[in-house]
Amino acid sequence: MKKNTARKLPIAATLRYTLLSFMAFMALAPVYVMVSGSFKTQKQFLDSPLSPPSGFNLGGYKSAWSDSFPTWLLNSFLIVTFSVILTLALASLAAWGFARFPFKGKESLLAIIVSLMVVPPVVLLIPLFKLGVTLSLISTLQIVVFIYMALMLPFSIYMLTNYFKSIPESIIESASIDGASTFQIFRIIVLPLSGAPIATLAVVNLLWAWNELLLALVFLQSNEKKTLMVGLTGFQSRYSLDIPTVMAGMSLATLPLVVAYLFGQRYFISGLTAGSTKGE
Amino acid sequence: MTSLLRPKLSGGNSNRRSALPSREALYWIAPACAVIIFIFGYSIVNLITQSLRYDGDWVGFENFSIVISDPLFLVALRHNLFLLSAVPILVLIAFILAITLFETRRGMRFYRSAVFLPYILPIPVVAVIFGQIYQLNGVLNTFLSSIGLDFLIQDWLGDPDIALGTMGSVIIWKEVGFGVILMLAHLISLPTETYEAAKLDGAGFWRTHFVITRPAIKTTLIFYAVIESITMVSWVFNYVYVMSNGLGGPGNATMVSELYIYRMAFQNNAPELAAAASVFLFAITLILLVAFFKIQRRSISKTFRS
Repeated sequence: MKKNTARKLPIAATLRYTLLSFMAFMALAPVYVMVSGSFKTQKQFLDSPLSPPSGFNLGGYKSAWSDSFPTWLLNSFLIVTFSVILTLALASLAAWGFARFPFKGKESLLAIIVSLMVVPPVVLLIPLFKLGVTLSLISTLQIVVFIYMALMLPFSIYMLTNYFKSIPESIIESASIDGASTFQIFRIIVLPLSGAPIATLAVVNLLWAWNELLLALVFLQSNEKKTLMVGLTGFQSRYSLDIPTVMAGMSLATLPLVVAYLFGQRYFISGLTAGSTKGE
Repeated sequence: MTSLLRPKLSGGNSNRRSALPSREALYWIAPACAVIIFIFGYSIVNLITQSLRYDGDWVGFENFSIVISDPLFLVALRHNLFLLSAVPILVLIAFILAITLFETRRGMRFYRSAVFLPYILPIPVVAVIFGQIYQLNGVLNTFLSSIGLDFLIQDWLGDPDIALGTMGSVIIWKEVGFGVILMLAHLISLPTETYEAAKLDGAGFWRTHFVITRPAIKTTLIFYAVIESITMVSWVFNYVYVMSNGLGGPGNATMVSELYIYRMAFQNNAPELAAAASVFLFAITLILLVAFFKIQRRSISKTFRS
């Protein structure tokens, strides 16, 4: 069907590729400016921001890395790792509870949890900050991990519940007949079947937590506890005259995400759809 | 590939399982619910009580009337509304790109990754790159003058009349890839017979897609529009904070409600007013959500339930 169209309407195909090339250019040009800028000297960037770098000038990377960059990177890494793993653990337990057992008010409870997805994070900011001050948890990684968990749980529970419900009853039934407990069924049958949605959630949550700025900005005030995003935001104003350093810092901050995306790409794309195409 | 996460059987209703005791469900659900109730429940209750007090004293709705008569808050809300009006454009661009990609075989993976790349970039990074691009003597203006389009040169971020539009373009640039991926995955999962029938009838590209595809992926379009509407009202802090160095400038040209709340609470030291503004924002988000589903004549639970 597609070949046909292409043969009959070469103009249409040309238009398509023109549109796509334009869009790819629009999407890639800023990334190109960032990566090429990181290898330039200040003068090269100002003279010709769009030309390719004349050599691999690593000065920008050196000064970006020598700042508090490694500390921020470690903080981001710790926060993301703990919050994502804990979220996935609690969400899969809860989702199994929702998918497996009938109980009164189940649908309403699930609906409430799902609707929490739309609560603006800024709404949580003031009460939690006060609480954080009272418990002296400001500038600790724990409080941020905990808040991130709460913000990531609703979507995670929703997606996993949908998935667990789709596991054929017969598989679970045969295990129950063999005398497996609910927990054994969960661990031996359900979890191994759910690699794809769990990997998707891991990537989605990882992207979100790595990029989150508002809560991290408010709760992590001392420089040793800042995440990469908070650090870089201040970084920009401090090095505003040193573009290669800023661009090098930005390139370094992006790299982990590109790697995570490439690893999880297969699951990620299909998994994102699960939330939207349901309910037909 | 979407079949991965779709029901393998049409089953999944709970009646069959009613033989199991319901108390056991609690053990599974409790840990997650505890975290959610602690963070959300505590915050929302605390926020509402705080918005009704000043210095610990009960003041009724006074904080609300102060906030609603603050011109800056109204400006901030108007800016959020302006950004909200970009959602139809965003959905349209994503839809056109998704169907174009869907019809493309050669190089599809490359174009798909390219269009999706902005979505995975950290917002501070995006904001910084575009800060450099949009500066008065930045990359865009240099480019425009080098191809002889000097008359298009603008002070993209410094001119109060266009700064918010510039901000909007950055948000669109970043968010469009998400919509493309959502729609594309849904398109691939549609049965091909639908298109074959249309092609046999001699329907052209636009007709096929606006008459057949658009209704077929309606749920995805709605889902994306809802998500992006919420983004425009209550998740644009990152862009604005980084691109305007935390000021919402030039002047108040890019002040948005989140930044207003943030500054009220942490710079003007008026947490009560910030709390009242947060309650407004929360209420607007809820109204928006309900209105959206009313317009679509669909219940929220229907869209979100499997």
